[in-house]
Amino acid sequence: MFIQLTVSGIAIGAIYALVAIGFTLLWQASRTVNFAQGDFITVSAVFMYMLMCMGVPLIWALLATVVLSAVMLGYIVKRGIIQPLMDRSHTTVIVATIALSFLASNSIGVFWSSQCKAFPRVFGMTPIRLGSIVLSRQHVWTIAISIILILAINLFIQKTKPGKAMQAVAQNRDAAKVLGINISSVTTMVFVINAILVAFVAMLIAPVYMLRYDMGATLGLKAFYAATIGGFNQIRGALLGGFLVGLIETFSSAYLSTEYREFFVLAVLIAVILIRKEGLLGTEER
Amino acid sequence: MQSKLLQRVPLRRILRWAIFVAVICLIPVIFGGNQYHMYVATLTCVYIITIMGLNLTVGYTGQISLGHAAFMGIGAYTVALLTLNGYSFWLAIPLGAIFTFVTGLLLGLPSLRVKHHYLALVTLGFGTVVYLILANEYEITGGFSGLPGIGRPSFFGLDLSSDIAFYFLVAGFLIVLTVVMLWILNSRWGRAFKAIRENDMRAEMVGVSLLTYKLLAFAIGAAYAGIAGGLLAPLMKFVDPTSFPAHESFWFLIMLIIGGSGRFEGAFIGAIVVMLLPEFLRGTQQLFFVIFSAITLLLLIFWPAGLAGLSDIFFRKILKRDPPQLTK
Repeated sequence: MFIQLTVSGIAIGAIYALVAIGFTLLWQASRTVNFAQGDFITVSAVFMYMLMCMGVPLIWALLATVVLSAVMLGYIVKRGIIQPLMDRSHTTVIVATIALSFLASNSIGVFWSSQCKAFPRVFGMTPIRLGSIVLSRQHVWTIAISIILILAINLFIQKTKPGKAMQAVAQNRDAAKVLGINISSVTTMVFVINAILVAFVAMLIAPVYMLRYDMGATLGLKAFYAATIGGFNQIRGALLGGFLVGLIETFSSAYLSTEYREFFVLAVLIAVILIRKEGLLGTEER
Repeated sequence: MQSKLLQRVPLRRILRWAIFVAVICLIPVIFGGNQYHMYVATLTCVYIITIMGLNLTVGYTGQISLGHAAFMGIGAYTVALLTLNGYSFWLAIPLGAIFTFVTGLLLGLPSLRVKHHYLALVTLGFGTVVYLILANEYEITGGFSGLPGIGRPSFFGLDLSSDIAFYFLVAGFLIVLTVVMLWILNSRWGRAFKAIRENDMRAEMVGVSLLTYKLLAFAIGAAYAGIAGGLLAPLMKFVDPTSFPAHESFWFLIMLIIGGSGRFEGAFIGAIVVMLLPEFLRGTQQLFFVIFSAITLLLLIFWPAGLAGLSDIFFRKILKRDPPQLTK
């Protein structure tokens, strides 16, 4: 029981960590928060579901979703909505993403369906047995794919030129600007990376949750908690926060109370803000 | 010349208040015959009070609260539980206001110490938790079946249970709270709030305590929502958790942006437009969520002053004079 719970906590935590990394990257590049991130996951999941209903194989459905998400939810959202608001107050950008979140989820409800749909179990149903331990195939795949994605992001940031530009902006915006790095295009790149991540997360989470127009809202919020608990300006903070939130949620709903699992995460969040306002691994920002 | 100017200012202000009160009194004359119309009119007044409080937090101080639906819920359940247990409405509603004010302080204290978006995050989580408590603590709150049979109050022996009388009670609250809000905004506090919104670093330099004023603005905004909730409970004569879901707070924010965030009239225009337009155009609620959030995005990009900003054009282009300033 304990091992199963740990694995399932890590699996859901890995998903939170992936989304939380997205929040971290965006914060580092542009000092903004995208409250619509969770609903972008729903949009991607619905698109993937529609393709799979038409009989498109999983891998092609995923590829098409990645492309569509990168263009629509990454590039167009950044250029069309976020860009014109960038030089106004932080509040304006955040309010815009809140409105965008409301628009995305309710558009799905109106134009697609406001009912629950069961997403196909793309990873199979039969559990994996290791001696006395029974593991869900879904969890094992989720953890594996998340590790690959996290490694890929790290490799991108550390080895490629655009990745190094992102790092430079994160470390010192003014110096990066002086050195000729275009902060606006770095931000656009982060939006596109996030949108690609979102497409993968949609594939990982949709078989677990039921597909519904408001599916992404809680997921986005949890990932946001995770990023804050771990430290908003550190990728490893997002990882730690993601796994922590996943484990706290899984264990508290198993041993304490299912109804109030949201409460425990919020309580941990407030405790962390009170004790160390940068988050567990975060660093002081100038 | 100077004395003439001095005489003109109060007259205009009296005229403005006279129009405001006259509009409030005319509504039951026009719609009084229809129970549903009176209900919508009263509900609109309740929402104006909420959005006015949100405007103080978001529009005047630049903090984002996504917990206003939860504060409304707390106010509504406070009044519902107290009046159902035999206490007077007139005791319950100030208690609800104090309770939400203190909750606002407790919630704001950890989140306002840190970055500007933390309040949005914590209040959103708070909204979810309040909803869960209302839904699950059914021994106290009645769970999803809610609390029925909430009575309407009387005022010094005057029975306010009819729809029109209750409308006047809510409108009375609206007028009093409008006066209070204008007084706050024109006081030292109001100037401190605006200084924080314009440039918080500069405000701190000239000696404005950021944490104190941000907390005050947020807690007063919460108390306004609490009072609005306290009026909502006897209006509907029934409370249940689904009236206060977390996403309702998104809706309030959208009302404020459409009306004009940081403009005093913004709360009034936003609540009235967003409440009344769906009454004229038939459609599902979700469709209006889509339409209004799209309008909000367009307004943010092209016309950040909201609909209240349109009146400026009217005054400048057509009346050829400066628009009236409601707050200094």
